Amino acid sequence: MMPIYLDNNATTRVAPEVIEAMLPFLHEHYGNPSSMHSFGGNVARHLRAARAGIAALLGAQPEEILFTSCGTESDNAAIRSALETQPDKRHIVTSRVEHPAVKALAANLKKHGYRVTEIPVDKFGRLDLDRYEASLTPDTAIVSLMWANNETGVVFPIERAAALAKAQGILFHTDAVQAVGKVPIDLSRGAVDMLSLSGHKLHAPKGIGVLYVRKGTRFAPFLIGGHQELGRRGGTENVPGIIALGKASELAAAKMSDENERVKRLRDRLERGLLEQIPNAQINGDVDSRLPNTSNISFESVEGEAILLRLNEYGICASSGSACTSGSLQPSHVLRAMGVPFTMAHGSIRFSLSVYNSDQDIDLVLEKMPSVIENLRALSPFWTTDGAACSGTYSVQ
Amino acid sequence: MWEYTDKVKDYFLQPKNAGEVEHPDGEAVVGSMACGDALKLTFRVGEGGKIVEAKFKTFGCASAIASASVLTEMMIGKTIEEAKTITNQDIADSLGGLPKEKMHCSVMGRQALEKAIGAYEGKPPLEQEGEIVCECFGVTDREIERAIRENGLKTIEEVTDFTKAGGGCQSCHETIADIIARVRAEARPVARPRMTNLEKIRRIEETLEREIRPSLIQDGGDIDLIDVVGNRVLVATRGACASCRASQQTLKNFVEIKLRELVMPELVVEEVVQ
Repeated sequence: MMPIYLDNNATTRVAPEVIEAMLPFLHEHYGNPSSMHSFGGNVARHLRAARAGIAALLGAQPEEILFTSCGTESDNAAIRSALETQPDKRHIVTSRVEHPAVKALAANLKKHGYRVTEIPVDKFGRLDLDRYEASLTPDTAIVSLMWANNETGVVFPIERAAALAKAQGILFHTDAVQAVGKVPIDLSRGAVDMLSLSGHKLHAPKGIGVLYVRKGTRFAPFLIGGHQELGRRGGTENVPGIIALGKASELAAAKMSDENERVKRLRDRLERGLLEQIPNAQINGDVDSRLPNTSNISFESVEGEAILLRLNEYGICASSGSACTSGSLQPSHVLRAMGVPFTMAHGSIRFSLSVYNSDQDIDLVLEKMPSVIENLRALSPFWTTDGAACSGTYSVQ
Repeated sequence: MWEYTDKVKDYFLQPKNAGEVEHPDGEAVVGSMACGDALKLTFRVGEGGKIVEAKFKTFGCASAIASASVLTEMMIGKTIEEAKTITNQDIADSLGGLPKEKMHCSVMGRQALEKAIGAYEGKPPLEQEGEIVCECFGVTDREIERAIRENGLKTIEEVTDFTKAGGGCQSCHETIADIIARVRAEARPVARPRMTNLEKIRRIEETLEREIRPSLIQDGGDIDLIDVVGNRVLVATRGACASCRASQQTLKNFVEIKLRELVMPELVVEEVVQ
């Protein structure tokens, strides 16, 4: 059974064109781009082309593109570089809803004596810009804010936030792992100093990431070794990955607006259909500023893992922000930061679409989901027959 | 993704005994929405004091639903006294095991069972016993102590897996570590010695006098108790024994065996060189 794959914020299918582009670099073109023979030099030429393709998607220059192994490495490299190049500054500004690649790193740096400010969000997941502006100080080494949230799809006003940091001479980094390929980005005009992206979120394979570093930004390498990436990241290049990402970027740049429109239509149809058929459900996140592919919906009085495993029986793949799926016993930090009540947070499901989804996929979810929720609600002691959930404090031991 | 057994999947996808017993003889609700899982258990007792009907309603993940469902099956046909003996490990075993992070689902089942039986027996609902340790999940020190004792837990992580305590803000981790240390210290108490040193020496002397010396004296030998150091019985041989090449044999095969038999099995007899 082919899965109905609606978990594209977790990872995406590698595009067939991308596989085709990268395969020769696993087969015949296996040379090392650093080698002094034309067998390797030929590979270096293809790397340059791929680098240019990725730069074009971001409105960047090729020498501003630094290849890494993943989004997490890019985030770590950016933040650690900012701290290393400005040893007198001890303050980091970030948000409460960041991906663990930034959130956990900030928590770790806090243990090492750095001051960390996490800017709150409102109930729609929107950044508190006033609090953000007030948090910037002469001691602030770096701001790191995500462009789009992986769980809710909420898009932060990154260009504005970056301009506010720049006005005070503060380095600005954004984790744009979910945004690249879905949101038009032109770094040539903005004030973003560093940006992270990950190949496998835009139909390239896992194992390739990028850190954009604006020309003129002081940079301290995270991986020290060879001269690769202009001495900013040691290690032999992941050639097939880079070629793949180059192709994926090219596809994204060419098709972004058309595809987003199509994906958004499917997403909206899915959301509308679910909300019409299932009572006591709500959308989490700012519907006016959201990625076109993401829908985070809560179903009251049921638990997310149970929903996912019932959907799994139909081959439907999604995610949840419930405690049982996070492995941390608490529901998602993003939903908690938004103040989503427990009755809703434990039953949150994230559907994230891609260009490979069809109307038939949405039809199947709309057919199966109402009975999945109904059956689980029938099992739930918090669900009463008149369709109203009891309060979350129904009983405590 | 969790590695669930086929049994967990079966009981989750086709739960048995879902719902509520009408006019139940015993019922209980444990857990809460805030904690992420809750269980309402109801049962009816029929002739012969056996549980004839048991049903559950669960808010929670697949393993919480499966644990509750299998629990109701285990209860049916048992007397109240028999049902009381069901442990959280029994529930997990009936499902072919649970991932360790999910053991708290089986603990929730056992808690509901106990509380429902308490209600049936007309015991007033117990006041919350003990002090809340984990504020995030409302877990008391008593519950943590019990989970540690019954399941032989050794680490904070294991306590979290079984009780959820410490799985939230983590500010109670130090307290949990203290509780683990305390309970595990109880588990191997400084055993009250079965015999004091004074008593041991007295009984060694008695045994030597009554059971051993007469035989040795008969053979022209003798033995003196020099000292007792821990379980080492230090003796000196006299008369024929002192010059007998078999005296080591005598000490080991006769004296030591007698002392071990009549005083304590750990004793070792050693000859003091004069």
